[in-house]
Amino acid sequence: MNATEPLWEVFLREKQGAPHEHAGSVHAADAEQALQNARDVYARRGRVLSIWVVQTSEIAATSPSDDGPFFEPGNEKAYRHPQFYSVPRGIKGV
Amino acid sequence: MAVDEKAKLAAFEERIANGEKIEPKDWMPERYRKQLIRMISQHAHSELVGMLPEGNWITRAPSLRRKLTLLAKVQDEAGHGLYLYCAAETLGIDRDEMTEQLLSGKAKYSSIFNYPTLTWADIGTIGWLVDGAAIVNQTMLAKCSYGPYARANLRICKEENFHKRQGYEIISIMANGTDAQRRMVQDAVDRWWWPSLMMFGPPDTNSPNTEELMRWKVKLKSNDDLRQRFVNLTVPQARAVNVTLPDPDLKYNEETRNWEFGEIDWDEFYAVIKGHGPMNRERLEARRSAEERGQWVREAARAYAAKKQAKEVA
Repeated sequence: MNATEPLWEVFLREKQGAPHEHAGSVHAADAEQALQNARDVYARRGRVLSIWVVQTSEIAATSPSDDGPFFEPGNEKAYRHPQFYSVPRGIKGV
Repeated sequence: MAVDEKAKLAAFEERIANGEKIEPKDWMPERYRKQLIRMISQHAHSELVGMLPEGNWITRAPSLRRKLTLLAKVQDEAGHGLYLYCAAETLGIDRDEMTEQLLSGKAKYSSIFNYPTLTWADIGTIGWLVDGAAIVNQTMLAKCSYGPYARANLRICKEENFHKRQGYEIISIMANGTDAQRRMVQDAVDRWWWPSLMMFGPPDTNSPNTEELMRWKVKLKSNDDLRQRFVNLTVPQARAVNVTLPDPDLKYNEETRNWEFGEIDWDEFYAVIKGHGPMNRERLEARRSAEERGQWVREAARAYAAKKQAKEVA
């Protein structure tokens, strides 16, 4: 059996002005082939404006166990949300 | 089971009960992982092997329009196989291992693809019935609890409707054609109807995995429920084009609003699964030969990538 070609994650931009979104992955020997494979697998119906591929092993990611401590600093700051503040009744546009 | 495992399992099942999706790096019971790998790889293999009966007719399509359609459909099946292989890979099995399991006969694929495509009407019938059955199943799987598998099925469902529609178009045109064309359609439907019903798997009374798979929301409906849904959808479509479904017991039940159907020949189903279908051997040989004949392309791509990388370093 072959040594499998490396895995690449595929991101598509399907609308003008929209961000690239993860679509899936492909195996390919290099970036050029990864882009071609991504086009054949994920863009057979047009509608795709741009494709990014990145080798899966190059992605750094948080893990589910980070859920508590890693994201804590963002969870506790109610004062970062507008609902935290009260304004006099009847005021509009604030 | 260790106390820690038990707590993890309880938390996992609670997440599922709340309708949460499970993602690749989340904790999951080994059984859940194993069952998903089995199901997703079988599904992926089915897409790839499913290219073969239809590929058989690409060179003989009756018009350029039909040929374009069939080429696009067969290419879609390859794409669907790849969406699914990549979903399975997120569970820790690699692509080569899955390919090897298919080629060695260890992994299964849908029994439907072990039947031959004898006439052009078979191509219409496959789109209408086989893809129609697959859509019923995949629409459910698009809501399953494992995120990557649900997303792959969503992508598949978006494309699969074209498959069904082009098939039904072929059938409806031929069914309104000459006597010979009408006979050809009826003959194809007579051969494909029962195997299509078998696609939903064994009856609930003999489906050992169903209870667990439904508890974990890998499946949301049982085999028999999905089969019934497919029959209910298909009967009016058959009537609309004056095609007879080959089942003398087919009748509408006013109370349950279901089309009741006759006994399925499960002996045939199990025989085909075990490798005794008319085309099992040819299908696997075609897959093996494709793998071997594509070998030089993969080797060349790797050599080219290595050479380019060496140049960049230098």
